[in-house]
Amino acid sequence: MKGISRRRFLAASLAGGAATTLSVTKEAWGASSFDGYPDGMGVLVDLTRCVGCRSCEAACNKEQNLAAPAEPFDDMSIYDKRFHGQKRRTDENSYTVVNRYEKDGAKPVYRKIQCNHCNEPACLTSCFTSAYKKTKEGAVTYNSKVCVGCRNCMVACPFAIPAYSYSSAFNPEIKKCVFCHETRLKNGQPPACVDACPQEVMTFGRRRDLIKIANDRIRTRPGRYVDHIYGEHEVGGTAWLYLSDRPFEEVGFDTTLSKEPIISNVKGFLSTVPMVLAIWPALFTGFHLLSKKQDHGHGEHAHSAQEEDEK
Amino acid sequence: MKRHIMHGGKIVDSEYKSEENEAKKKWSLMEKLLLGLTPRQYLAQAIRNPFNWILAAIFAIGIPLILGRFVFGLHWITHSSNDYPWGLILAFGLFTMVPLSASGFMLGTAVEIFGRHDFHPIERLALLNGLLGYFFAVIFLMVDLGQPWRLPYPMVVSFGTAAVLFLVAWHVATYLSVQIAEVSVSFFEWIGWPQGAKFIRKIIVGLTVAGIILSTLHQGALGALFTYAHGKLHPLWYYASFQWIYFFCSAIPAGLCMVIAVSTIVKKTMAWRCDDNFMDNLDSLTLKLAKGASLGLITYLAIKMIGVAHYNLWGYLATGWGQWYLLEMFVGVVLPIALFGYALRHNKAGLARFTAFLTIFGVALNRINTSLIAYNYKIYHEIPHWREVIVTLTIFAIYIVVYRFILYRLPILYTWKTAPQTAEETVEEPVYIHSGAEPRPVSMYREMK
Repeated sequence: MKGISRRRFLAASLAGGAATTLSVTKEAWGASSFDGYPDGMGVLVDLTRCVGCRSCEAACNKEQNLAAPAEPFDDMSIYDKRFHGQKRRTDENSYTVVNRYEKDGAKPVYRKIQCNHCNEPACLTSCFTSAYKKTKEGAVTYNSKVCVGCRNCMVACPFAIPAYSYSSAFNPEIKKCVFCHETRLKNGQPPACVDACPQEVMTFGRRRDLIKIANDRIRTRPGRYVDHIYGEHEVGGTAWLYLSDRPFEEVGFDTTLSKEPIISNVKGFLSTVPMVLAIWPALFTGFHLLSKKQDHGHGEHAHSAQEEDEK
Repeated sequence: MKRHIMHGGKIVDSEYKSEENEAKKKWSLMEKLLLGLTPRQYLAQAIRNPFNWILAAIFAIGIPLILGRFVFGLHWITHSSNDYPWGLILAFGLFTMVPLSASGFMLGTAVEIFGRHDFHPIERLALLNGLLGYFFAVIFLMVDLGQPWRLPYPMVVSFGTAAVLFLVAWHVATYLSVQIAEVSVSFFEWIGWPQGAKFIRKIIVGLTVAGIILSTLHQGALGALFTYAHGKLHPLWYYASFQWIYFFCSAIPAGLCMVIAVSTIVKKTMAWRCDDNFMDNLDSLTLKLAKGASLGLITYLAIKMIGVAHYNLWGYLATGWGQWYLLEMFVGVVLPIALFGYALRHNKAGLARFTAFLTIFGVALNRINTSLIAYNYKIYHEIPHWREVIVTLTIFAIYIVVYRFILYRLPILYTWKTAPQTAEETVEEPVYIHSGAEPRPVSMYREMK
């Protein structure tokens, strides 16, 4: 009896050990926090300057070879469109979208949304095939070749940006802004939307410089801006940063997001994984052995007798 | 089938058609598949069963829809929502089916690890329930994935090691193999390859321990998946550090109650297939399982209250969402605890059975609340597309058909009678007298009616 038990025990421990070693690598990724590449680029969006002309939308559509929309880009009635009571969002044919936020007695505020290119992106950390990549230039890119289509990234993204091309039966993929990485960013050029803007709403530059510029604007024009750079710290910091003269929550921003990246919510669970893998085999094999001992030596026989009965 | 037995027909429960005569005649595989009936008889009994007509109606509509999904794409059967990337197919098929299939590792642990051999008659049903639940969770997943043919990618092509889903994928795949091994004992007996069954029995402790580890982690991981949805999921259903424990803990009563529920259905609808060992022990086993389930529910209730206190969510309880949350907790947790308590005190297996169904409803409601109803609570509610509802129903119906197919055949509800060499010399002989003509099962069936 003893021999068998020991062998079983060792086998179980070995299996557990092997599994633990595997999961250590699992941890290494999620362990430390990442503040972004030092020379990562970004865009500072100044909402006070935007007039809602939608040139950026048109430029993006052209640059990314997306299908032409049902309404042309100079159709401003689109600002009144609602889907389930919601303003427009990104979808498979529009990687960026401008929405209008009105308030009685104030001029409307227009806000452009697109991927914010987080320092520690939730889409990237939630992807089980590593389809996303944060490039050193600051873009969060996506590799459709390995994407299985679980759409976990869409659940994880705190800004609800990634869209899915559900209409494709054989090659559906995630559709989102990639910072024009392949066509422009890699060569040091700003993305198409930034280039197209007639109002200079967007400033392209290194993220750390942009934070200085944003702080300068807040300081030199007192009273004009809300004293906050949205994206400086939200979910661990984003490459796209925003300045506004209206409280951010009034113009569609989620101001309840924590400063920690989304992955930090999941780390608690991830860190229990190696412990369970290491402890459970010994614990339950131990229970098994204990419950045998109880029978004063008859235990093992009781079990094998049972097996005999079945035959 | 009942008619067949009443008319003195023989059911397949061993290798041999008849034990009495010297030249023992074996059942052929075809005869085993047809339950010992002639093809004509088999077809006749299938057509007689009204439940089959309901299934046929579901398949007639549902199967074309499933095929259509692979031809026209997901947008044909769902609302293609970018706000609700996970719809009903996953809310029910993955997040509900998996906890309901925790039965395999629970009973495996009770019997193999803790040596509770009194659970033996129902262990195989629990293992099968686990296996099928997981298998069909994967089927549901395959229908919902954008590119299901890439499902092995996280194992062979590209590794997203920091992702919770990576862990789910690996663990579900491994656990499926473990469960196939566990259930294969019945298959080996049925197909007539005792060596296979013997081998599995040798490694059963290892398999069971592996089952516990994998179950702990991936039941929890399904909960942990929702910790990504910070800000999207209503705070009453979102607990960054506790979510995985909630999913794991509630899977325990869910799995146990699923065994009670399935055994109840089996008792009512296929009594002919159950042997005395199963039938006679069922009431006491039901109460024992109910005891386990109520302990699980009490623990679950306690840790849920700790969660509300820890994250200081008391304020939310007064809102509409709070009432919905309280309803879920009352119907799915508090009421079952009370009913189980009463059933256990007064030895009422019937009440325990009813309560098991209630608990299953409660856990299902929790999972659907988490993944669909309280998800995106700030924006709008997703009402699933009618095609998505039918597809979900259809896959579930296939699950029932497969489940029934296996229960009819493999020695899950009955003990496979083996090896004349042992039978000849031991006292097991009297068991062999038990045949179709024997009055007992028939009379039991009559009582049932």
